[in-house]
Amino acid sequence: MKPMILALTLAAVLPWSARAAEYRQVRADQSAITFAYQQMGVILDGKFSRFTAQLNFDPTRPEAAKATVEIDLASIDTGSTEGDQEVAGKTWFNTQAFPTARFETRSVKALGDHRYEAAGQLTIKGKTQDVVIPATFAAQGQTGVFEGRFTLRRGDFAIGEGAWAKFDVVANEVQIQFRITANSGE
Amino acid sequence: MTPGYTPVAKALHWLMAVLLLGLLALGFIMTDLPLSPQKLQLYSWHKWAGVTAFLLVLVRLAWRTTYRPPPLPDHMPKMMQLAAHAGHALLYLLMIAIPLSGWLMSSAKGFQTVWFGVLPIPDLVGKNKELGDVLQAVHETLNLFFVVVLIGHVGAALKHHLIDRDDVLTRMLPVRSTEK
Repeated sequence: MKPMILALTLAAVLPWSARAAEYRQVRADQSAITFAYQQMGVILDGKFSRFTAQLNFDPTRPEAAKATVEIDLASIDTGSTEGDQEVAGKTWFNTQAFPTARFETRSVKALGDHRYEAAGQLTIKGKTQDVVIPATFAAQGQTGVFEGRFTLRRGDFAIGEGAWAKFDVVANEVQIQFRITANSGE
Repeated sequence: MTPGYTPVAKALHWLMAVLLLGLLALGFIMTDLPLSPQKLQLYSWHKWAGVTAFLLVLVRLAWRTTYRPPPLPDHMPKMMQLAAHAGHALLYLLMIAIPLSGWLMSSAKGFQTVWFGVLPIPDLVGKNKELGDVLQAVHETLNLFFVVVLIGHVGAALKHHLIDRDDVLTRMLPVRSTEK
């Protein structure tokens, strides 16, 4: 009789869980935003340790998905204290005047095979650019993981002005990589 | 006149003399600069030159095993000869240990060395801030010690030339002096 009970329970629960499979509770401890860039041919990386993300994502209705990510730029870890202090300054992020970087989706497109594309606006240092960010989504039970990477040009956001505005030492391209973990349900 | 050094040994000696003095000067100057693109550029150049010096010292040691340096003059007391050999051994030891400590420091600090911006030198240790700070202190201390040993080296060469009036200094010159 036991398998029967299990089947009945599943039948009762499944439709409900399918409706409720909207991933919206971001797990900060299991999420990460990192970046990589080139400095005179050397690949360097770093991370942002503080950021918040609000998202509504239902795999059955991806086009209705919404996401907003805000990064506390002062939480940057460039790998050296000197570097962290430098990029907080006026010529880089100017975190006093522009403490956060913000990404907000405008539309989300399913590409199939768990791949998605989020088009939206990225605002850093008071400058807003349209960007398209590719991401994959993998769910395991109540936990869903979004992963992706995209390249931004720091010059588009005036990140690194004055002596840093040239790209011969610190490259223009910065690769942003993210892993956002979110739970579904309550 | 004692037998001389091979032209290759002389070339390596003077090439490294110029390179190492440049590296020392660059090293002391760049670390005091405020962060700027120029500073990062100087750091890269210092690391490229350091890798080059490390390779040159290996070539030099290999050369030395095949073509032995000329013997020290007979007038030198045994103790002084021993001191001269010990001094040279110390120079070689430092010429190996210093670039190694710099290489390890770069790795530990998470700034890989890419020779001339083209050839990545493998990281022997992973990123580790504490280890990086220790290696930085080691690199600095070894260099200060190197400066002291270098002063001894130059001082000894000058003493041979000016006081002993032997050919220990002149036999290392690119073209052996003939004015005496």
